[in-house]
Amino acid sequence: MIETKSLTCVACPKGCEVTVEYEGDEIIDIKGNACPQGQDYAKEEIVAPTRILPTTIRIKNGALSLCPVKTTKQIPLENMFKAMQIIGDKEIEAPVKMGDVLIENILDTGADIVATRDMPEEI
Amino acid sequence: MLNLKKDLVVIGGGPAGLAAAKKAYDEGIEDVMILERDFELGGILPQCIHNGFGLHYFKEELTGPEYAQRFINDVKERNIEIKLDTMVLDVTKDRKVYAMNKKEGFLEIEAGAVVLAMGCRERTAGAIGIPGTRPAGVITAGTAQRYTNIEGFVPGDEVVILGSGDIGLIMARRMKLEGADVKAVCELLPYTGGLTRNVVQCLEDYDIPLMLNHTVTAIKGEGRLEAVEISEVDENLKPIPETAKTIKADTLLLSVGLIPENELSKKADVVLDDRTGGPIVNEGRETNIEGIFACGNVLHVHDLVDWVTEESQIAGAHAAKYIKDSFARTNKCVEVKAGENVSYVIPQKIELEAGDRKRIPLYMRVSTPLTAVDINLYADGEKLYSFSEPFAKPGEMISVPLAQKTLDGLDNPNEIKVEIIEKEGK
Repeated sequence: MIETKSLTCVACPKGCEVTVEYEGDEIIDIKGNACPQGQDYAKEEIVAPTRILPTTIRIKNGALSLCPVKTTKQIPLENMFKAMQIIGDKEIEAPVKMGDVLIENILDTGADIVATRDMPEEI
Repeated sequence: MLNLKKDLVVIGGGPAGLAAAKKAYDEGIEDVMILERDFELGGILPQCIHNGFGLHYFKEELTGPEYAQRFINDVKERNIEIKLDTMVLDVTKDRKVYAMNKKEGFLEIEAGAVVLAMGCRERTAGAIGIPGTRPAGVITAGTAQRYTNIEGFVPGDEVVILGSGDIGLIMARRMKLEGADVKAVCELLPYTGGLTRNVVQCLEDYDIPLMLNHTVTAIKGEGRLEAVEISEVDENLKPIPETAKTIKADTLLLSVGLIPENELSKKADVVLDDRTGGPIVNEGRETNIEGIFACGNVLHVHDLVDWVTEESQIAGAHAAKYIKDSFARTNKCVEVKAGENVSYVIPQKIELEAGDRKRIPLYMRVSTPLTAVDINLYADGEKLYSFSEPFAKPGEMISVPLAQKTLDGLDNPNEIKVEIIEKEGK
């Protein structure tokens, strides 16, 4: 059965309204996107949506008790809660620098968990 | 009392203050001081751990802490003096800044120029007057964000969010990911106040219902919040009593607007605009008080930090010019007015010599959302030119360039007006 879905492209803050016609995993037509990123986004949204996961990790001896982190690339949306569990079970130690890899290849997604700020030791 | 002298004093070390200080330094003003009341720089960004920042300015997607860290590193590389844990108490119109901190006590700083970059604060439960009891568990979305992302505890298990501003949407996802049951986001208006990408990534991704035309009509619970009553509203935004229903919740997050924090501005006799809640400024972001500039959320509430950076660079560059005595006013002030379906335009006036600038970016918001719009610019009632956009939403600021060439071609205009209306022939 051919289905149509209206999506709001989130590739950039412009937020184009993109209409996708598809049958199962097969894309028939994509309309409304202002740039090629919209094509890729719409395709991926139908077949397997992925997102960056930004969250926090517990940190010992840091200026704060949490350090913000993110995945280095988008991971499948369906993996979010599993990834949260893994990050939640871990505690790292200060100091860290922005970009330091804290967990490698989370859930075999190819994405690492990295610090998104410098976290100095507690003064 | 410690007496100091500085070419430039920047009040606030968030994204606006950091960008203004950096820009002024790069324009040749090396004697710059940033005064920040928190224990670290970055303003609100360190608690905005989500991604989506920097797409315009850095052309890549960053989280809030990353965006802040880049500017913090830039400022530290530049030998800009930073005073943390320092509260500014007063600013005078002859640019004396009074501040205090634990180490140095009371400070008086004579400034060549001042940049106001104090940001904004959230509207609270008291400001919107929800009926019912006053239990714990009713907090602003930003407070919940601070608890969750900085202090390290999630403030509740069963959550209702009132208001669909960006912080509310972001916190809906955040609390869901941290294991809370987020039951609904209620929005009084028929459209969301947040960015579309946030509606998609924060609500639709996690099946959190967005209830438009709904509001909280009662708060229930003694000691701790036990439930909220929500109701649909009619076209006049009045609750319809028979639609009331009760949702069990221990936490109500409010994302009901931001207010520019201008107490200090007022002390310096800076005149504010009723529509923005921030100072009235010229195209250099100078207020009515000579040598006092304003940028970022203290001037008007922004939806993207990228715009804050752009605006703060304008303020920083002009503050540098002012200090170097190369800041020339024309003898004529052109008023910039918000026309049909435009809630405000920044700057409110154009009164500086053009120099080598090519254009003046006009920042504006629409009053009501429209699809397929014409953005029309007029000078004293005569149409200058138009831009077309596929849509315009109140939650998303629009930047429209006013070409210097066009301005030069006009014969002493009194006002420039912008309107954003439905496309002709639509």
